[in-house]
Amino acid sequence: MSTQLNSKIPAGPLGDKWSSYKEDVKLVNPNNKRKFKVIVVGTGLAGASAAATLAELGYQVDAFTFHDSPRRAHSIAAQGGINAAKNYQGDGDSVHRLFHDTIKGGDFRSREANVHRLAEVSVNIIDQMVAQGVPFAREYGGLLDNRSFGGAQVSRTFYARGQTGQQLLLGAYQQLARQIGLGGVRLFNRTELVDVVTVEGRAAGIVVRDLITGEVTSHAAHAVVMATGGYGNAFFLSTNAMSCNVTAAWRAHRKGAYFANPCYTQIHPTCIPQSDEFQSKLTLMSESLRNDGRVWVPKSPDESRRVADIPEEDRDYYLERLYPSFGNLAPRDISSRAAKRLVDKGQGVGPLKNGVYLDFADAIARLGIDVVKERYGNLFDMYERIAGENPYDIPMRIYPASHYTMGGLWVDYELMTSIPGLYAAGEANFSDHGANRLGASALMQGLSDGYFVLPYTIGNYLAPMLNKAIPSVDHPEFKAAELAARERFAGYLNIGGTRSPDWFHREVGKIIWDYCGMERTEQGLEKALSELPALYDEFKKDLRVTGSGESLNQTLEKAGRVDDFFQLGMLMCRDALERQESCGGHFRTEYQTEEGEALRDDDKFCHVAAWEWSGDPMTAKRNIEELEFENVHLATRSYK
Amino acid sequence: MSNHLKDVILKIWRQNGPQDSGRFETYKVDEISDEASFLEMLDYLNEQLITDGKEAIVFDHDCREGICGTCSLMINGQAHGPERSTATCQLHMRKFSSGAEIVIEPWRAAAFPIIKDLMVDRSAFDRIIESGGFITSVTGGAPDANLIPIPKPVADSAMDSAACIGCGACVAACPNGAANLFTSAKIAHLNLLPQGQAERYKRAESMIEKMDEYFGSCTNHGECEAACPKEISIDVIALANADYRKAKLKNRKFISRI
Repeated sequence: MSTQLNSKIPAGPLGDKWSSYKEDVKLVNPNNKRKFKVIVVGTGLAGASAAATLAELGYQVDAFTFHDSPRRAHSIAAQGGINAAKNYQGDGDSVHRLFHDTIKGGDFRSREANVHRLAEVSVNIIDQMVAQGVPFAREYGGLLDNRSFGGAQVSRTFYARGQTGQQLLLGAYQQLARQIGLGGVRLFNRTELVDVVTVEGRAAGIVVRDLITGEVTSHAAHAVVMATGGYGNAFFLSTNAMSCNVTAAWRAHRKGAYFANPCYTQIHPTCIPQSDEFQSKLTLMSESLRNDGRVWVPKSPDESRRVADIPEEDRDYYLERLYPSFGNLAPRDISSRAAKRLVDKGQGVGPLKNGVYLDFADAIARLGIDVVKERYGNLFDMYERIAGENPYDIPMRIYPASHYTMGGLWVDYELMTSIPGLYAAGEANFSDHGANRLGASALMQGLSDGYFVLPYTIGNYLAPMLNKAIPSVDHPEFKAAELAARERFAGYLNIGGTRSPDWFHREVGKIIWDYCGMERTEQGLEKALSELPALYDEFKKDLRVTGSGESLNQTLEKAGRVDDFFQLGMLMCRDALERQESCGGHFRTEYQTEEGEALRDDDKFCHVAAWEWSGDPMTAKRNIEELEFENVHLATRSYK
Repeated sequence: MSNHLKDVILKIWRQNGPQDSGRFETYKVDEISDEASFLEMLDYLNEQLITDGKEAIVFDHDCREGICGTCSLMINGQAHGPERSTATCQLHMRKFSSGAEIVIEPWRAAAFPIIKDLMVDRSAFDRIIESGGFITSVTGGAPDANLIPIPKPVADSAMDSAACIGCGACVAACPNGAANLFTSAKIAHLNLLPQGQAERYKRAESMIEKMDEYFGSCTNHGECEAACPKEISIDVIALANADYRKAKLKNRKFISRI
């Protein structure tokens, strides 16, 4: 029997839940707030906005980042935009529509109440960020401009050129910087979380490692917020930044926080394919390119002519052929899988035959080169810089890559994990995107959690703790966690094997990508679950970390992160195996409609799988939270 | 089509810590694809070093998409290397040829002490932002976003300055180790916008004076603009200087009124 999880969703009609929650929530007197210390781990959109807001309210905040500066967090790389139900375009948008699009986009695997709250506060986010000086795109009249994005029939996406994530992060960072300057927040940079400490079942603080000196220290607090991002780098190659990792979330999981839906990962169809075996990461090209580019591969796997010499009859415009109504704009998951099938059949293009063409020749002929340049010039330049080919002359090569993870730490309506006092925000939690995230919604969720949700819900937890002592860093639990962390890092250095952490990361990533990537099968997942523990054993015996633990050592940092990716990888495969249905980003070949669409099983799997640590990911316990839909009708997701 | 570069000689700065005197060490990469990025070439070299039982070379990097501003290498004496408006992480080996000798150093500036090898401490930049590089606007109190119309050219101009990635190339390129381009880009971004007017002069004064605690002075060489991967114009320095000058008067006047 599995445990039923309590999501603490407030009673009442959907549209009133958040406002009635706020009316009933316990408050902490302004003069008492300074008696509470809150730790915020991570300084991306969710972390920076939470830390700044909590400090403004008067709490003592300690913020931690492994970067040199809070401004480096990976939120910065988001290109497209941020959704908000402002209806500034008068095109019929509303909170309800944004809510409904997000639930449907997530393939009916997210919580109604959380998603509705997200849609409600989306409008406040835009106000807040404009007040911070974020230079969103404007119309000539001076009002804000919007663009449209996938999965929506309205224009509700606010943007700042192709750098929306950067501008929003800088806005939140500057607000955080103000608090650092005022002394409301103490910043610990180049400091990595290595463990979460609980005392009597409550979060008591964290153990961190100073990346410059290698020193391991403890920090106690009344509450801890994990805003530590997603785990897309489990695949090794992804569009995530190099240092994105699962360690903080995973260490929390090992201390009792449930890890929800780890198999929900999103693959983006338009990335620049791998160019050689040393490639370290993949770069995303905006999906907007598919508006004018045509996707094709040669019909013959043995095609050896130059692109321009391949006649029309020998080209397969497979998206137009397979999905005539949507053509090149078929949804992300469908386009990605179609590309993978053709590349697997040997029809891939490029030196490594690992991509498909995205061809603008027809668009240039139809619109003229100037129009194409105006629409996509910056993207074409970026492509040329990376791939070394001019996309005005030679078709771009693209291939799908991992770029976002919907799964993460299980949280209730208050964003509290299954450990009291431990919260998770942003991509690190699982809460709002179900099995698939819509474009321009990640920035919205990060800022919603940090600015407008956590500052209310944390008070509800802290209020009853007023004037009660909390465990200090001398508590045996802290000492034990410090010792374990020191031993863990010393252990990596002492193995003295032959393979680097990167070597293992590449290998573990390949297994996860092959069997738990775009398409999953029972057979493949079982294969992965036999290969992963074997490779993990090899990792523990044959790892080589050079240098020492007493000065900055990036090889050692990487070893700890790869260790946790191994364990997470096993849980991802187990979750994918147990979820015997297809939904959103989780596609099990056995469960598909005749048209090749994801086939859900709402009778058996309309729930969240929240995994409980048992000492070994291979034996983790699967708990479920039933999802109840009272306001939307569960339908087959169709964009036809 | 990919080609391979052969026998690339790398002279790389190694320094064990802030107190160490440091030295150049020479490495050879026998063969590398011209598709590889510059940092992937260093990854490859590091893998070789680990295989040989040696300590990997420390360097800062993260997004590898030219936006996070973490990477910071002086390549053959040029901040971020030979390709204009390109951060180190977006530089590719096809810009070099077989047998090339490439000198790789950390940013060199008094305000950016070396942590180890090619990694420096740029936290002085954070101190400048903390001193005034923000608009005070407490969460929850913001008016509707469309209540403040901003002319498109103003928003576009603010965005040009806000594109700064805080990498520090401007400081590294400057013979004086000045941070005027970084500081002024932020002053220009916020001082151009209507939301930034309330703190305009206080911001200019605090940020420039904080900057002067750490960095050298600007003498209009213009090297910063040439090195900037985001092509931020030195016009922002003029704007910041003008506001600083006004601030010195206005702020005095306000004080005298109190």
